[in-house]
Amino acid sequence: MTARDKFVGAYTRRVEDQRLLTGKARFVDDIHLDGMLHAVIVRSMVPHGRIKSIDVSQARVMPGVHAVFTGEDVARMCSGIVPTLPLRLSPIPEHVPFQQTVVATDKVRYVGEPLAIVIADSSALAEDAAELVYADIEALPVVSDWRISARNEVLLFESLGTNEPVTYTAQKGDAKSVFGPYVRRECFSIQRHSAVTMETRGLVASWDTVAQKMIVYGVAKVPFSTRRTLAALMDIPVESIDMIEVDVGGGFGVRGEFYPEDFLLPFSSRQLGRPIKWVEDRLENLLGSNHSRQMECELEIVCELNGRILALRGEVHIDSGAYMRSSGAVPPRNVAQFMSGPYDIENIHIESTAHLTNKGPIGTYRGPGRFEADFFRERIIEIAARELGIDPIAFRRMNLVRSEQMPYPLATLDKPHKAEDLDSGDYQITLDRCLTEFKWNDKLPLQGKLIDGVYHGISLACFIEGGGGGIRENARIEIEDDGQVTVYVGSSNIGQGVVTVLTQIAADALELPMQSVRVCHGSTIYLKEGSGSFHSRSTALGGSAVLLAAGALKDKIREAAAAHFQCAVSDVHIGRNLHITCGEQSLSAADLGRMKLQAEHQFSSHHHTYAYGAAAAHVTVDPGTGKVELIDYFGVEDIGRIINPLTAKGQSMGAVVQGLGGVFLEHMAYDEDGQFLAGTLADYLMPTANDFPQIRVMELENSPSPHNPLGAKGCGEGGIVPVGGVLANALASALESLNVQPNSLPLSPARVWSLIHE
Amino acid sequence: MNIFFSLNGNNVEVDVPVRTTLADCLRHGLFKTGTHVACEHGVCGACTVIVDGDAVRSCLMLAVQAEGCEVTTVEGLTPEVGLSALQSAFHKHHALQCGFCTPGFLTTAHALLTDEPNASKDRIREVLSGNLCRCTGYINIIEAVYEARTAYAKFGQ
Repeated sequence: MTARDKFVGAYTRRVEDQRLLTGKARFVDDIHLDGMLHAVIVRSMVPHGRIKSIDVSQARVMPGVHAVFTGEDVARMCSGIVPTLPLRLSPIPEHVPFQQTVVATDKVRYVGEPLAIVIADSSALAEDAAELVYADIEALPVVSDWRISARNEVLLFESLGTNEPVTYTAQKGDAKSVFGPYVRRECFSIQRHSAVTMETRGLVASWDTVAQKMIVYGVAKVPFSTRRTLAALMDIPVESIDMIEVDVGGGFGVRGEFYPEDFLLPFSSRQLGRPIKWVEDRLENLLGSNHSRQMECELEIVCELNGRILALRGEVHIDSGAYMRSSGAVPPRNVAQFMSGPYDIENIHIESTAHLTNKGPIGTYRGPGRFEADFFRERIIEIAARELGIDPIAFRRMNLVRSEQMPYPLATLDKPHKAEDLDSGDYQITLDRCLTEFKWNDKLPLQGKLIDGVYHGISLACFIEGGGGGIRENARIEIEDDGQVTVYVGSSNIGQGVVTVLTQIAADALELPMQSVRVCHGSTIYLKEGSGSFHSRSTALGGSAVLLAAGALKDKIREAAAAHFQCAVSDVHIGRNLHITCGEQSLSAADLGRMKLQAEHQFSSHHHTYAYGAAAAHVTVDPGTGKVELIDYFGVEDIGRIINPLTAKGQSMGAVVQGLGGVFLEHMAYDEDGQFLAGTLADYLMPTANDFPQIRVMELENSPSPHNPLGAKGCGEGGIVPVGGVLANALASALESLNVQPNSLPLSPARVWSLIHE
Repeated sequence: MNIFFSLNGNNVEVDVPVRTTLADCLRHGLFKTGTHVACEHGVCGACTVIVDGDAVRSCLMLAVQAEGCEVTTVEGLTPEVGLSALQSAFHKHHALQCGFCTPGFLTTAHALLTDEPNASKDRIREVLSGNLCRCTGYINIIEAVYEARTAYAKFGQ
């Protein structure tokens, strides 16, 4: 095969696009099944209260209404116990008592918590009926932030005696006893915000009473895990459930976890023996899909006077919302483990505590804990460098992990006790590339200058991105009768372009044109087991599984062809387009298809991948309005082997802008009474096309991951990781003459104005 | 209530409750599911369709208001074979990822370029700032629309 024919590494347009561009995609709300009913969830408007009664009598008798189920009904139908939503990621026994029930029973703990499900002929009728459900809830005092929570005076779970499900400690060396000539302590905070996917969540559940079989459409991210959970909660065999992945309108960590509705819909469908659809409206989406990011951090850095970091220590307090949900343990664990990021720090001690509050529960959102850790760490590094009179770039350069130190140990987390190493890379290269491409030296003269009424500031930050988690992925490749090849893989498509990437890998491995490869992904009907798409893993693990399955398939082809030709296996030649030869004899791909050749392979790795990079930003600040303008942004990341530069760049670019939303605009605000203040997209502001037009990103592949045969590292999340730190530091640089220290996000005009004027 | 309008060049008749939005009518009454609903309060632009030449939020318009109108959805912008110039430009520039917002961007951009085939990048950015995309960061979308201008200039003259 000539280099020109290789797809891996080439800018390859996406195979997903055709359907999406022409209106032929099938998202969950596009599904219409015969006899389908529609569900609406009745939600608590009280942030914290004791349920006295829920009167559904009027709603139940409304014409067109088929059923209303409350917690009492669910308990009655589930052997007296309302199931709870288990932790999927990093589960430890401490979390279990704080899990959310699938529908509220005795108490409500956040605005938006499900109280009942109404099923009717249409969603409009179901909404009408939901209005007739009367919940008598005795209001209780509200725990509105982590400080109030930490007092444990008002408890979300009275019987547990505490609002703190868990404290993690990440430790290395003996940070507590390190003294040095420069010690600096500072407090930082980040506001609550999250993914807010364009498509809201939704499900269609269909129970076949005769076959005793459940089909659920609309699962995302981790269909196999969702199936296991549902089977356990409904007490039915895993094999009786099919999870069907349809098109997914954005994931970013939030979509596809197991939510209350992931039980309530299948449960209701089984009760009624009818297919039922539920699609979240935007208010529900903002209230009830996992929130993230809200943390406060008190961080201390100890340095030599030359800037060498001796220790990093501190505490992080996470406002976790009302329950420990499926991925709610990840932000607290990650912020502790990744506080040191790409830096070589001998002594680390970070404690992070999850605090329950009467707000929507948190979970993972793109770069969970890492965006936060980068903001905290890059801020204190910048403060230290400036106070020590050291160039912030030289300060970072001096402290970056060096390539000869790889694999480099991070701080060890205590729960579960697990060592973790950075895998590979030369962090100086991305730092230098960033400076060059950003034209740092050209812009440096502007630093802190007031020109035409605005202050200019530039800054740079370094980061790592964790990827390749989830241990294993499965793939099976079949040759069809017509010679086409079908790849079945456990990875799921959440809009990231995984179909294209896996098609490229399979096409190269089997020397086929892309058009000859069809990728079927996600749904549980294709494979016995699969993992899905999270932790930037679908290429590194799913792609490796496809590569290995292709190798196994070629072995089978050789064996089958040798038997057919009656020749030695070593004499079989596999040519392009699966044209098989042995001397004068040959077999076509279609011949192989008729021989029903297929191969399955599982790839597993217990090691994570660590992509890494640097980002730089140039901002101006209007001191009169507090408005920050992003003049230029450049990010570079080494993501190991690049499969598709086009989609890799797309991931990075999109992640940067999403991060900028979190830095400047997005805020899931609550008032002190626990009421939600950001219930529409007019209140929850996200970036638009004219907010951040000047973004440049670059991907490098100098350091393949040693942990998978592709050498790929994840690249879905890296772009977002440095954005908070680099923007806050650029702002601090711009306003250095005014001694402005932006230590809290978001950097809204009002906050920036206050920092300047108060 | 029975209403009649033109959808993608075909006359359609549909019986809808009066409170049905045009978006729900298109999606669930006429099964044209290319139009997507993402906020239902006119902020995000995902549901944008073209009504008598104007880009309109179909979540804010009642179906009964479409009586006698010419309505075009993403399905109507799609040639029988292949992609339109605008769709091809989106494909080339990787201007979509999850694709959920894409039909709204295509209809908005089509309405813009039909009226203003020489729209500058700033103008394109300004008009498309009424549509939200959570995946791409917008830059590739602007590039795609800018490149597609040539196709509209030809058709317009």
